Amino acid sequence: MADINAYEGPAEAGFGDYVALLKPRVMSLVVFTAFVGLWIAPQPVNPFVAFCAVLFIALGGGASGALNMWYDADIDAVMKRTAGRPVPSGRVAPQEALAVGIALSGLSVMMLGLAANWFAAGFLAFTIFFYAVVYTIWLKRSTPQNIVIGGAAGAFPPMIGWACATGGISLESLLMFALIFFWTPPHFWALALFMKEDYSKAGVPMLTVTHGRKVTRRHIFAYTLVLAPFAIWLGFTSVGGPLYLAVSVVLNALFIAGGWCILRRSEDEARADGYKVEKRYFRLSLYYTFLHFLVLLIQHWVGGW
Amino acid sequence: MVMLPQVEHELHKRRRSRNIGLLVVLLAFVALVFGLSVVKITQGDMMQGYDHRPRASMLPEDPNPPARNPAPVAAPGVPAAGQGAPQEAGQ
Repeated sequence: MADINAYEGPAEAGFGDYVALLKPRVMSLVVFTAFVGLWIAPQPVNPFVAFCAVLFIALGGGASGALNMWYDADIDAVMKRTAGRPVPSGRVAPQEALAVGIALSGLSVMMLGLAANWFAAGFLAFTIFFYAVVYTIWLKRSTPQNIVIGGAAGAFPPMIGWACATGGISLESLLMFALIFFWTPPHFWALALFMKEDYSKAGVPMLTVTHGRKVTRRHIFAYTLVLAPFAIWLGFTSVGGPLYLAVSVVLNALFIAGGWCILRRSEDEARADGYKVEKRYFRLSLYYTFLHFLVLLIQHWVGGW
Repeated sequence: MVMLPQVEHELHKRRRSRNIGLLVVLLAFVALVFGLSVVKITQGDMMQGYDHRPRASMLPEDPNPPARNPAPVAAPGVPAAGQGAPQEAGQ
């Protein structure tokens, strides 16, 4: 009897594998920040239009994730954390991931243009290009500052959300960009300190590998110092208010204190307690962005200055 | 005729999950476009398009409209002609 299992062709992908191509966990951050950017903008947006706009921004983000998985399949296959992704595990063919990425990019940009406006759509197209081409294809494998560049792509969604409502860019949306942009490097480098991925085997120049862990600690602290003024400045704009300012000052004080602790630690101390401080700092960094954007939403609700 | 055993392979299960998933996505997309259309039409700004005939309602409002004739004269041949300016006409 013929056994279908005897032929080891490409494995058949389930629907979940295509969803996994869109990096749903990254998408959740995109959805949240884009929504906040859209909702706190001065021009009111119809709730259904707002829902569609956020959905298409998320879809654009997912499309760039698929393009990233297509191009980075060779790296993903080497590293433990990413080896189970649909492309390196063989469930989705690389060409298919590319097709999904391009098709969804076009669809999301077109639909965002129809739902909101063409400035926001152009901005989304630029973001996809930036993440897929500038970051993934060009800079990720050539500079240890790759995280900083990738952070820019992740920082665009609140600006796109804001552009959906206002049709443009303003100081508030630039500061929201700065908040995520300067937050991303310390967030990822803290992760790199305790995850110890085999980046060198994969050929990705990670700061911890190229410049050492001591330099990485110094970078983390420096970025928290640069981040704080931008986060607090946002509190003095039209979207800010006393509540935002209070929360932001506390969070930034904690973040700087955490960065200082990381800076002062030697690698031996960190190894001795199983990277406790680094892990705590990483968790704090997750709360940092989430609470900043949440309190922006609440401040908008109760009224600002 | 030989009856083949109806065995559902795991592969068929995956294929079905893909088909159903795609169906749901397409239906959701249709609903989304429909909803967007309804919202855009009901809150539309200027919904009159150009239809090859001049239409006064589409022209921008004149800031200095010409003064109305306070005593219009009826055209010759109509019942009001010859009665002079009608008293109730005008403003």
